[in-house]
Amino acid sequence: MDQIVRYFFDFPLMADYWPDILRGFLITVEMSVLTVVVGIPLGLLIAIIRLYGIKPLNALIIFYIDFFRSIPQLVLIVLAYFALPYFGLVLDPFTATVCALAVVLSAFAEEIFWAGINAVHKGQWEAGRSTGLSFTQTLAYIILPQVVRISIPPLTNRAIGISKGTTLGSVVAVPELLNVTSSIQSNVANPTALTVGALLFLALFLPFVRFTRWLEQAYAHPRS
Amino acid sequence: MSELVNTFFNLDILREVWPLLLEGLWLTLALAAVAVPLSIAIGLAIAVAQDLHSKVLRMVLVAYVDTLRAIPPLVLLIFIFFGLPFLGLRLGEFPAAVLALTLNGSSYFAEIFRAGIESVPQGQREAARSTGLTWFQSMAYVVAPQGTRNVLPDLVSNTVELFKQTSIASAVALQELLRAAQIAQGLLYNPTPLVAAAIVYFLMFWPFVRLVSRMQNKTVMHSA
Repeated sequence: MDQIVRYFFDFPLMADYWPDILRGFLITVEMSVLTVVVGIPLGLLIAIIRLYGIKPLNALIIFYIDFFRSIPQLVLIVLAYFALPYFGLVLDPFTATVCALAVVLSAFAEEIFWAGINAVHKGQWEAGRSTGLSFTQTLAYIILPQVVRISIPPLTNRAIGISKGTTLGSVVAVPELLNVTSSIQSNVANPTALTVGALLFLALFLPFVRFTRWLEQAYAHPRS
Repeated sequence: MSELVNTFFNLDILREVWPLLLEGLWLTLALAAVAVPLSIAIGLAIAVAQDLHSKVLRMVLVAYVDTLRAIPPLVLLIFIFFGLPFLGLRLGEFPAAVLALTLNGSSYFAEIFRAGIESVPQGQREAARSTGLTWFQSMAYVVAPQGTRNVLPDLVSNTVELFKQTSIASAVALQELLRAAQIAQGLLYNPTPLVAAAIVYFLMFWPFVRLVSRMQNKTVMHSA
């Protein structure tokens, strides 16, 4: 027990490192937010383009979403960081990680939005069009609001899953929370920093995990 | 164009590093072969135990599931591999990776199986119990099989995710497919091994990603 406290909860030992840890935490938050803010709208945009049913374009879209759902995120990050420079495209570690994660999230989000679009009854389209709305108006005012509503629980789950992938940035030396805490751990030869890191990740993501449970309840038993 | 091919799809280099990549691939498969069945078994056990109507047990299990869904798997792996040795618990790269993947994977499988079990109408249990089956028998022969079938797309999808996640083992220098490709790329100053690894992952998971899409679309059609 004593050993556990000494090695995993020696918080005074962290005194000098709090600013570094905070900076790492903020970078993690920043990366997560950017990934979600870029990935989800991009997914929605792709789903909408797919709706127009242009055959060669749709084949390309399906390949895009299959490709980015099949390849591990870490492989994409490593590719973006180590392989693209041979292409003349040098990305800093932060950008490489966020780009890779955002693209993966866009692929999963597209699939979720597409399933949502298919779940909206065909009659909704016909009703919209027959009242004189254009295709785009029907989409914007009638279909999409329903699609977004049914997509929220799976999207939240997926966004959490992929935001946790920001830790993979540590592999290409992004100074995010995991990277910072594990280098402190090796500096002071005490894994308390890892405990702090784990607790901060918990503080960041647990509210969202709890939120998905609440969403599931709310959607299973709607009040109206 | 030929320069592009020479850089990214250099066949001479590919021939040279293929044995290394193949070895890596075997290790990736070995990791998944241990972590996936373990995660499924533990996840199923957790979901079934939540059905036992013990409030305390349920709270403990939900805490386990939510905590592990909130902590990134790479954080778990670093903690297990670099933190636990301070307590005298030194795991090799392979067991450490299996443990991290299983902790993470089991929590996701638990949630999926729980949703499946909850989707089986109460009448099924009552019918099963009234024919004289015990609680466990009705769970094993009536409820769990139907519940599993209801969430089959999610189970396949999560298996793919867990499989893809084996790539994080590269962070503790376990020479699975990604790590092998990174080593080869470093030795030869050429990104072909990374591209080849990405293609191997893609070919391995593409059929399953497609399958999940088809299964999900089918479910939507049925419920509409």
